[in-house]
Amino acid sequence: MSVTAGMTEPSYLEFKGKYKGIFSWIFSTDHKRIALLYLFSILSLFAIGATLGLLMKFELIAPGKTIMDAKAYNAFFTLHGIIMIFAVVIPGLPAVFGNFMLPILIGAKDVAFPRLNLFSWYLYVAGVLLVVIAQFTGDQAPDTGWTFYAPYSFRTAGNMLPAVFGAFVLGFSSILTGLNFLVTIHRMRAPGMTWLKMPLFPWTLYATAWIQLLATPIVGITLLMIVAERLFNIGFFDPTLGGDPVLYQHLFWTYSHPAVYIMILPAMGAISEIIPTFARKIIFGYKFMVASSLLIAFVGYFVWGHHMFTANMSGQALYVFSLLTFLVAIPSAIKVFNWISTMYKASIDLQTPFFWAMAFILVFMIGGFSGLILGSLAADVHLHDTHFVVAHFHFIVFGGTGFSFFAAMHHWYPKITGKMYDTAWANTGLTVLFIGFITLYLPMFYMGVKGMPRRYFDYDEVFHASNIISSMGSWVLYAGLLITVINLFISLKRGKQAPANPWGGSTLEWTIPSPPPVENFEETPIITKGPYSYN
Amino acid sequence: MISMQSTPGIDASNFVSSFNLAFYFMVGIALLFMLGLTVLMLYFVYKYNRKKNSKAVQIEGSVRLEILWTVIPALLTLLMFYFGWSGWKPMTKAPDDAMVVTSTARMWNFSFEYENGKSSPELVVPVNTPVKINLVALDVIHSLFIPAFRIKSDMVPGRETMMWFLPQREGQYDLYCAEYCGLQHSYMTSVVKVVSQEEYLKWYTDTTAVTTATEGSAPGAEGLAILKNRGCNACHTSDGSKLVGPSYLDLRFGEKLIVLRDGKETEVTVDETYIINSIYDPNSEIVKGYPKGLMQSYKGVVPEDEITKIIEYLKSLNEEQ
Repeated sequence: MSVTAGMTEPSYLEFKGKYKGIFSWIFSTDHKRIALLYLFSILSLFAIGATLGLLMKFELIAPGKTIMDAKAYNAFFTLHGIIMIFAVVIPGLPAVFGNFMLPILIGAKDVAFPRLNLFSWYLYVAGVLLVVIAQFTGDQAPDTGWTFYAPYSFRTAGNMLPAVFGAFVLGFSSILTGLNFLVTIHRMRAPGMTWLKMPLFPWTLYATAWIQLLATPIVGITLLMIVAERLFNIGFFDPTLGGDPVLYQHLFWTYSHPAVYIMILPAMGAISEIIPTFARKIIFGYKFMVASSLLIAFVGYFVWGHHMFTANMSGQALYVFSLLTFLVAIPSAIKVFNWISTMYKASIDLQTPFFWAMAFILVFMIGGFSGLILGSLAADVHLHDTHFVVAHFHFIVFGGTGFSFFAAMHHWYPKITGKMYDTAWANTGLTVLFIGFITLYLPMFYMGVKGMPRRYFDYDEVFHASNIISSMGSWVLYAGLLITVINLFISLKRGKQAPANPWGGSTLEWTIPSPPPVENFEETPIITKGPYSYN
Repeated sequence: MISMQSTPGIDASNFVSSFNLAFYFMVGIALLFMLGLTVLMLYFVYKYNRKKNSKAVQIEGSVRLEILWTVIPALLTLLMFYFGWSGWKPMTKAPDDAMVVTSTARMWNFSFEYENGKSSPELVVPVNTPVKINLVALDVIHSLFIPAFRIKSDMVPGRETMMWFLPQREGQYDLYCAEYCGLQHSYMTSVVKVVSQEEYLKWYTDTTAVTTATEGSAPGAEGLAILKNRGCNACHTSDGSKLVGPSYLDLRFGEKLIVLRDGKETEVTVDETYIINSIYDPNSEIVKGYPKGLMQSYKGVVPEDEITKIIEYLKSLNEEQ
């Protein structure tokens, strides 16, 4: 079934609506076009963030000044963190693949509130602009780190308020997307699609949406408190006003830790779609996969304190947070076991998305286990705020979310664009990227154990050798990123037409043409089987 | 340099072994699982490749396996939690007979004050004596981190906190600030010197040791030693180069200097009064082109007789030119 073969309805890419040119995109309420708006915004910001990272690693190739001074370095890691966390990784999978695939995977024509969906993208753009501009308009270069810890952030940058306001606007975009997805999942599933016949990617989006809805408002409360402190001198965080800087950390992490699960849950969901498709086998332990997603979302609310083990909170709080941190790892482990078990007695077609999923599992295990180590009180007292932490969260947010994003990109590329990509180049890109990734981040574990603190512009000679390896890894990683992304762009022009179901998948998106028509389904599908029925 | 060991084989502090237990237990489990799962995955991918196995066997799952791989990881993580908890618990209470040092952190240096009033930029402690450090931060959050001892604690302004350790091996160990605190964060470092009891007593009772250090007898040598000792050189230089604060070289006694007083540009004459005011009330007059609010008052920290020696040094810089 190709796009042109007697279709009565044009694809969403060819559709001519009220507006022309760019306006047919930025005024479109089609969930698929909005997904692509997010995709291009996120990719552009990712390019900036990755380049900042590359330059930082170059600076760290030798002790002392290499290409920039301490001031520039501090500005670079601040901007790198803000862009990557708030503008790339948090919206990443839900906003792009969630928007595109959620309605299709549940047999709906669009999300529940298409105009609200577009408004969420406007808020996203406004929030990103605010956060980035805030960093360049104060008396000083941006240098607080993405965590804006009080009281340093109050002292250094007069522009703390706009930055947190930007995060608040971004948060609202996230809340509205979450709300939209919740209603869509509750109200718009195709006839016959009971909760337990719903594919796993929508399930993870569902769990994520609750976090977005319930955790994000804390950013708003924090903003109000900062406003009250700045304008009316009510001491919440600033010790000179009688406030407590640790309270700021609590509020910050009460949102920002669940945000980590906003990042990783949809990533797990995408992997759960890819593995059964290429294994041509029903996912192992479907119900346990669903339950583990919900558990992660729930327990994930109560572990934020593990970011503050050395911040001097009460002892009882510390070990409760530590215990819960260990417990939240168990549902993640269950997922890994189920993914691998799905491969047992399967019929595996080794295509690029499957390779990405395998790479995901490998780096996610390293990220997860290093997270356990940091959850241990005695270990964390030594490792906290060292390069060990930097390595850990890059394995999770880049290795986890990022790899899953690329896996999803290669999995759904034929559906989204209607084109096939060059597999040889795609696999080359992955191989180079993977080697670079490991070379870049693995030595950081070693540096952390040896005691190199994070956010250090300069370092002792003992850390030199491992820094050289790590910096070289960043070049390889960057090359892998370039190969991967350029291949996808070139394939837009050169790629062969994609059939409706290039991978032999069994979920609903493979039953409609590539690229999908504007309203997705000519006739509303009626669901009688589970999502991964390959009999 | 992490350490210069004099007696290898002994842990640098009492917390090294509990860290090692918690850490290497988890690393061991992690490696075991990662290796096992990776090998299993690669084996499945090889064995059940579509070329060999054209039809998959549909297996919906197994409750027995799910329970197995929930319970075993749960037990293992509880064990991990326990080692982490039991290693951390002793850190929360210092022994009653611990010797007490107060560490004061400010952007961007540590100072260590001893019970007899002695102040030092380095932490000198006797071996095999428990040391309790009261942690004070004057401006922003800092974190005192001694990698060789496997301990770290944040220093939060407005909160009284402490850390303690038992140094078990003589030697010199690095001490870092681990909580990002601005421009010179990565230069906010010091050392811990663990020395013998006799050596410590000699050092502790010698209250002149710091000021007559290695600066020789050149004019202003004592002043320079004080500047180093008090950590002034983290932000100010003697060679005219610009850090966060202006260089000592910019101070020309008797000449005019443009400062901002209440946000307005004003001319002041550089003299003794100006220097004292700059140290005791640094934010009242800010040298043009430098940020306000970075330097804290050193009133009650640097006594006036030390300032007199600092002024001697500053004047000697004028004469050298």
